[in-house]
Amino acid sequence: MNRKSNSVSDVLFSGATGSFALVLVLLVAGIGVILCYQSLPTIREFGLNFWRTQMWDPVLGEFGALPFIWGTLYSSILALLIATPISIGVAIFISELCPRSLKHPLVFLTELLAAIPSIVYGLWGIFVLIPAVRMLEGWFPEWLRAFPLFTGPRVGVGMLSAVLVLAVMVIPFTSSVAREVLKAVPMAQRETAYALGATRWEVTKAVLHYARVGIVGAVMLGLGRAFGETMAVTMVIGSNPKMSWSLFESQHTMAAVIANEFTEAANDLHISALVEIGLVLFILTFIVNAASRLLIWGMTYQRKQTVPVAVKSVEATS
Amino acid sequence: MNWRSLRRRVTSHIMGALCVTAVLVALVPLAFILFFVVSKGIGAINVDFFTQMPKPVGEIGGGMSNSIVGTLMVCGLGGLFAIPIGIMSGIYVAQSAGSQRANVVRFAADILNGIPSIVIGVFVYAIAVSPFRQFTALAGGIALGIMMIPLITRTTEEMVRMVPTSMMEGALALGATRSRATVSVVLPSAAPGIVTGVVLALARIAGETAPLLFTAFNNRFWSTNLLQPISTLPVQVFTYAIGPYDDWHRQAWAGALVLITMVLVCSLLARFATRRLERMQTGQ
Repeated sequence: MNRKSNSVSDVLFSGATGSFALVLVLLVAGIGVILCYQSLPTIREFGLNFWRTQMWDPVLGEFGALPFIWGTLYSSILALLIATPISIGVAIFISELCPRSLKHPLVFLTELLAAIPSIVYGLWGIFVLIPAVRMLEGWFPEWLRAFPLFTGPRVGVGMLSAVLVLAVMVIPFTSSVAREVLKAVPMAQRETAYALGATRWEVTKAVLHYARVGIVGAVMLGLGRAFGETMAVTMVIGSNPKMSWSLFESQHTMAAVIANEFTEAANDLHISALVEIGLVLFILTFIVNAASRLLIWGMTYQRKQTVPVAVKSVEATS
Repeated sequence: MNWRSLRRRVTSHIMGALCVTAVLVALVPLAFILFFVVSKGIGAINVDFFTQMPKPVGEIGGGMSNSIVGTLMVCGLGGLFAIPIGIMSGIYVAQSAGSQRANVVRFAADILNGIPSIVIGVFVYAIAVSPFRQFTALAGGIALGIMMIPLITRTTEEMVRMVPTSMMEGALALGATRSRATVSVVLPSAAPGIVTGVVLALARIAGETAPLLFTAFNNRFWSTNLLQPISTLPVQVFTYAIGPYDDWHRQAWAGALVLITMVLVCSLLARFATRRLERMQTGQ
């Protein structure tokens, strides 16, 4: 009798935790469905042309979102080009090279960098970074300005500032995931390399080779962050829907146009257009995050299988 | 032969130096940001900042008391909404680890964590603002809550898994049911870690601006009404930062300093707590 009532409580308990977990899953699905539903008006009105045209004039009812996609992709990829080598370097240093006493403080500092609110990055961007970039652009040699990369006004506001802010914001994310991945590499990998007489860097290369899939996952996670970053970019990029290769030109991103125009939307079609941009942003980050998670999970499952080996080897050395 | 080993050693040192450079390059912005926020913010912070309302446009002085209260309220609402869902799903994932369903939930939590905050704002606008034609503090709370859920789920899962299985097994051997063992043995041991995770999630979420722009919106007046727009610290900092007045900029820096201090204090506390937790576990 007692046993029966106990097992009922078991069923109730697992049912309760399970239903809350279901809420979480439904929430993600719900976000996708609601965004689709709300962007139906523009999908019906413009179809694919929404993503093929460049004219964005809400008052005249013209909605072409190509410049925003361009701005998001261009700024994120440039930011990643800067952030990736730095974050991998940081991860290698913390997990492979640094003395044990430095490890915790460094981890704490990079975590702090990730914890600074995006609005604070934006504030700093407006009042510190933009003047600095303006100065830099002023010093820029005239003959280089013929290249399409460096045309445009020298005002500081624009793509370059956005890329720099994004890079700074992405580094802590990529480096902390890369660090986790490196941590998952079994100790035996390092020990065998050392036993063969490898130098420290050669050992690190072997570790990186072992961890390469997870590192790609870490970089993609950073890309997802860069796609979605809103406030800091909105405050420094100049909000100008224009496609340009130039780093000095004011441009726009998908997240920034939503933040800028949503509350002052001209009409329902405008709202719907902004929601559709949000939908595509959702899909983009979904794909990037899903892919990177699968890559990183592959690494952590490997870790589970190899933990005994690592533990054994640690015991053997100590 | 000798040359080769020399070259290998030199390469090793050069690459090591490059990694150190990477660390320095990554930390320079942190130093810069902290320096500017502290030096510019400290001059603007005074008692008025915490006790006064914003002054009418053009007048010098005033503070952000309404925004501070607003931030506390909206974060509190978010917590009320996110803590049950986050903790319960975390327990679910930890206890059915390895099963297909647990993987789905974990995957959903990771995806939710990666969704841009501005998109969460759009979603909450669609479900909680536009049907009622009214920006509300409640909608802001829902948006922040959605962002907190995956953070809490993840830490709860980790903390529950850190509790040694022998404790669960001991309870089961004494005749406890699984639910009893979870509630009376596993959860109490994991509780300090879970609380830490919740505090950290609150600190992260307190600085979010994008999801509040068109859910909680902003309010120049004192308001604690959940069904009215409410002012929050990050949105107020944003408004002041892009505004034209020097006094607004001064206050924006002060707001940023308050935000950063909050985040820093919470992270330090959490770090201290987890350090003790780890020590407790390894000491056993």
